[in-house]
Amino acid sequence: MWKWLHPYAKPERAYQLCHTLLPWFATVAVVSLIIGTVWGLVFAPADYQQGDSFRIIYIHVPSAILSMGAYVAMAIAAAVGMIWQWRTAYMTMIAIAPVGAVMTFIALFTGAAWGKPMWGAWWVWDARLTSELILLFLYLGVMALYAAFDDKLQAGKAAGVMAVVGVVNVPIIHYSVEWWNTLHQGATISKFGKPSIAPEMLWPLLINLLGFAAFVGAISLMRLRNEIVQRELHRPWVADLVANSNARAEKE
Amino acid sequence: MNPRRQKRLAVVVGIVLLVSGAIGLMLYALNENIDLFYTPSEIIDGKPGAAIPPVGQRLRIGGMVVEGSVSRDRQSLAVSFDLVDVDVNKAVTVKYAGILPDLFREGQGIVATGVLVEQSTIEAHEVLAKHDEEYMPPELAEKMKGIKHVKPTEAGY
Repeated sequence: MWKWLHPYAKPERAYQLCHTLLPWFATVAVVSLIIGTVWGLVFAPADYQQGDSFRIIYIHVPSAILSMGAYVAMAIAAAVGMIWQWRTAYMTMIAIAPVGAVMTFIALFTGAAWGKPMWGAWWVWDARLTSELILLFLYLGVMALYAAFDDKLQAGKAAGVMAVVGVVNVPIIHYSVEWWNTLHQGATISKFGKPSIAPEMLWPLLINLLGFAAFVGAISLMRLRNEIVQRELHRPWVADLVANSNARAEKE
Repeated sequence: MNPRRQKRLAVVVGIVLLVSGAIGLMLYALNENIDLFYTPSEIIDGKPGAAIPPVGQRLRIGGMVVEGSVSRDRQSLAVSFDLVDVDVNKAVTVKYAGILPDLFREGQGIVATGVLVEQSTIEAHEVLAKHDEEYMPPELAEKMKGIKHVKPTEAGY
């Protein structure tokens, strides 16, 4: 069933796939981020309780959702690497890790900046905030472990185990506001049933969510491309690639 | 999938299941410590399966501010109000001297940190506002919930 995927395990094919997909992701990211952010920050109505402060939701919620989404993607890549022993899967894992870490940091930072005026505190050790902080440490752990090995295949295996095990934290983050009582409020959009947000506020949020997803995808693809080229530097196909792009540059 | 990959898949799935089992048991054991606050009825009756918090304990309480219970001292920042949860009869009084968050109003969720000075009175040194997950424009809130949006500076608190 999954046989068609196997050729993409080859670094050369994976590189070409990145090359083809990147412009699409980049275009969607730029267009939706501009539309969603401007619509959300300027044109969406202010909230009845929080006034204009609520607009930070347009950065906070997409980055928080993507911090978890990127982690799941990274863990899947790590699991594929372990089961099928594809080097490109480990490269994908380490390409996603810093992007997810930055998303987690943005979610924590905007959350703190939102918490101060609304709750009255930058930080509270409640279950949602703490588990999101653990997610940041998991990302940093995967990156540090990967960087600690000189043999990158060994590094991928070691960091991969950590990435796969850490995926347990993702449902904990999501359900923390239901399982325990927290200062953080419950889910607004990522739940079954009707979202608890007015439609004219919801649309820019969804567009920004798409934009953040495409942005994470685009940056990960760029990083994966670089990772592949760096690791395959001695292979003939990379030499051809460099020769081709040099020739093109000379012609222009 | 060849047998070697099947075996590795089983190992990976096994590790994830074991770790989630272990963490699940840990979180279950620590359940009441992970809660950020006591609700008013938990302070009066105790958490299920746990003792009633003794007078003198430092704790956090979270609940709704009872309408009409906010009373202010005219001379200082001192304020006191009652908190309830689903059980309206079990109210806990919070005394606080300090600046309340902007979102503080009657009917609003509040989390206060302080010391239990009597069985149903807390002297708080920090009051945080807890808001819900609903977002809507002021006109819609007025239509749906009958809430007239009043800026905290104009509300007279």
